[in-house]
Amino acid sequence: MKNFILVCAGTACESSKADDIYKNFLAEIEKHGLKDDAQVIKTGCFGFCEKGPIVKILPDEAFYVEVKPSDAKEMVEEHIIKGRFVKRLLYAGDEVGDKENFEASDIQFYKKQYRIALRNCGFIDAENIEEYIARDGYEALAKCIFEMTPDQVIEELKVSGLRGRGGAGFPTWMKWNFAKNAEADQKYILCNADEGDPGAYMDRSILEGDPNSVLEAMAIAGYAVGASKGIIYIRAEYPLAIHRLGIAINQSYERGLIGQNIFGSKFNFDIEVRLGAGAFVCGEETALIKSIEGNRGMPTPKPPFPAIEGLWGKPTIINNVETFANVPAIILKGGKWHTTIGTKGSPGTKVFALTGKINNSGLVEVPMGTTLRDVVFDIGGGIRDNKKFLAVQTGGPSGGVITEKDLDTPIDFDSLVAMGSMMGSGGMIVMNEDDCIIDVAKFYMDFCVEESCGKCSPCRIGTKKLYQYLDKISKGSAVEEDIKKMEDISNAMKLASLCELGKTAANPVLSTLNHFKDEYLKHIVDKKCRSGKCKDLVSFVVNDKCIGCTACKRKCPVDCISGEKKELHVIDQTKCIKCGECVAACKFKAIDKI
Amino acid sequence: MAVETAEEIKFSPELLAFIESWKKKPGNLIMVLHKVQEELGFLPRQAAIKVSELLEVPLAKVYGVLTFYHYFKRTKPGKYNIQVCMGTACYLKGGDDLISELEKLLGVPLNEVTEDGLFSVESVRCVGCCGLAPLFVVGGEVYGKLALEQVAGIVEDLRKQG
Repeated sequence: MKNFILVCAGTACESSKADDIYKNFLAEIEKHGLKDDAQVIKTGCFGFCEKGPIVKILPDEAFYVEVKPSDAKEMVEEHIIKGRFVKRLLYAGDEVGDKENFEASDIQFYKKQYRIALRNCGFIDAENIEEYIARDGYEALAKCIFEMTPDQVIEELKVSGLRGRGGAGFPTWMKWNFAKNAEADQKYILCNADEGDPGAYMDRSILEGDPNSVLEAMAIAGYAVGASKGIIYIRAEYPLAIHRLGIAINQSYERGLIGQNIFGSKFNFDIEVRLGAGAFVCGEETALIKSIEGNRGMPTPKPPFPAIEGLWGKPTIINNVETFANVPAIILKGGKWHTTIGTKGSPGTKVFALTGKINNSGLVEVPMGTTLRDVVFDIGGGIRDNKKFLAVQTGGPSGGVITEKDLDTPIDFDSLVAMGSMMGSGGMIVMNEDDCIIDVAKFYMDFCVEESCGKCSPCRIGTKKLYQYLDKISKGSAVEEDIKKMEDISNAMKLASLCELGKTAANPVLSTLNHFKDEYLKHIVDKKCRSGKCKDLVSFVVNDKCIGCTACKRKCPVDCISGEKKELHVIDQTKCIKCGECVAACKFKAIDKI
Repeated sequence: MAVETAEEIKFSPELLAFIESWKKKPGNLIMVLHKVQEELGFLPRQAAIKVSELLEVPLAKVYGVLTFYHYFKRTKPGKYNIQVCMGTACYLKGGDDLISELEKLLGVPLNEVTEDGLFSVESVRCVGCCGLAPLFVVGGEVYGKLALEQVAGIVEDLRKQG
């Protein structure tokens, strides 16, 4: 039987020499004259980034992890020629190796996952449109053009209950319907691929692993609302995704799947790519439009909504990458099918980027309604180094933290909001006991200060003021009344900011205040930081393990350690700058951070 | 006051052709600035003036746009511009420690170039390889799952390459 060697070529695996692995496989296959027995395919992201680079060999379902370019030789000689697993690289549950009867579906990381948006990632060569077509690619578009009216397409989406995967979860069909009903000589379909949320990379992975699904969905949207132009607005920081998108667009044009008279019908749809330039606010619809128009990406008030008056003043639909990736599957399998997955209010699946202090970090797609416990502890394999779970941050700089007590709440758009967070784009950052919640809130606020476009004062001034308060707290100079002031500012920002960035920027503060008030008070009243992250609240003290070797004294950049040879040393707290050099220099664990 | 002109800077024929092909397209400014930065490595004032002349848009507009977006650089980065990821996952795993280590090793603060023009350090937003946190990127190559102790060796290797 022919073997298929799937080499992951997502950004994370590519960074770990996946391209060399691919080339070495090709060379080995060539060398052994195995061209008819094995085919090497570069695929999109498998999602299991923690253990990358990943190589999967079909039909044996052998899942190899942390593969090096030099391993290709052994893998071909053993697996392909002799039919034996290379055990040292085989992933089998928690550790690598040693398992006879192996099924990839047994892997805990994949067990509870359900892939719709990522259905082709890790299966097909993203740079070859034939492989997408072989997996029913562009069939949904053909079905729409030849068997459905635009109204029926929108109705199917309405039945499916698909909500926008980029953040707030607005029903996709409604947006499309608004644009469809708007009268205009030109309408636009925009794809928001300006994935700015730090810690989220599902859109990038979809574009790298299955760009055609997005192109197809954009054309379907164009058909449904009567638009003939599509633009993908993508972060310039994603060179590989841009490259593969370019290939997909060229190949789909060559085959008449995009462009004039698609499938010989009267329907025309063109797609072009525009680059973002690193501004988080451009994820906001109206700011994104301004940016495509070549301006500073500053939001404008809504209404008018883009569906009525968007790009160049024309009706415009903006959906994010993951939303689009779901559309062809829904059209082919039917809206009803989609509602059998997920929860009543949020049907379907959601892709999360699971990162932080977790064992299996990676990209996971689960049905809506999966609990956080399942995601973090089953799929994610629990907290790294057996540390204690502290919280999960969802929704990035616009979201909030979820704590132990909510671990068993099924997650969907609405439950997350009820918990004081939000879905956002699906970043899920796991924190453990070593992390300081004030420090994390400060990190997000610093981000928002930097990314606020400055147009409206609640956001521009509010984020700065909140940052200053958090900074004071982290340095031990805040007073209890500051908490009340922070709440007031946060609420004002929520009410008065122009766009969603400003309206949600205070969420990390409000949410951490809500769940970790005691930590705030510990910083403010006791002047202590449990985790030691807030350096100003930490003191370095020499304990009795000190043998007087003077190593710390010689390293101290501010000369604040005194003590003679073979005598207990003392750190002058008034001079100490808390750089930690002494701790690093001490071989006897004689300096405590308290 | 004399009017500033773009005499000092030369764009390659390919770049000029690119600009020409975009000249008539609405919303072209950001795409053009990307291309210019790709060629020059950054966007000096002279380049901005030239873009404003070629596209026939006010210099103020060019500056309005290029100062708004983080991706556009107005100063020349080092030959090796070390981009330290400061996405949330990297931050939690010590991205800021990587920055301090690099600053210490190279003797320059963030966004400044070493005297020999070889290195600069930049803090960037999430590069989307959170599984490899903490990490930095140099010339498109990602150095992932970094321990502080590895940083000096990487810098030394780059220095040897010159």
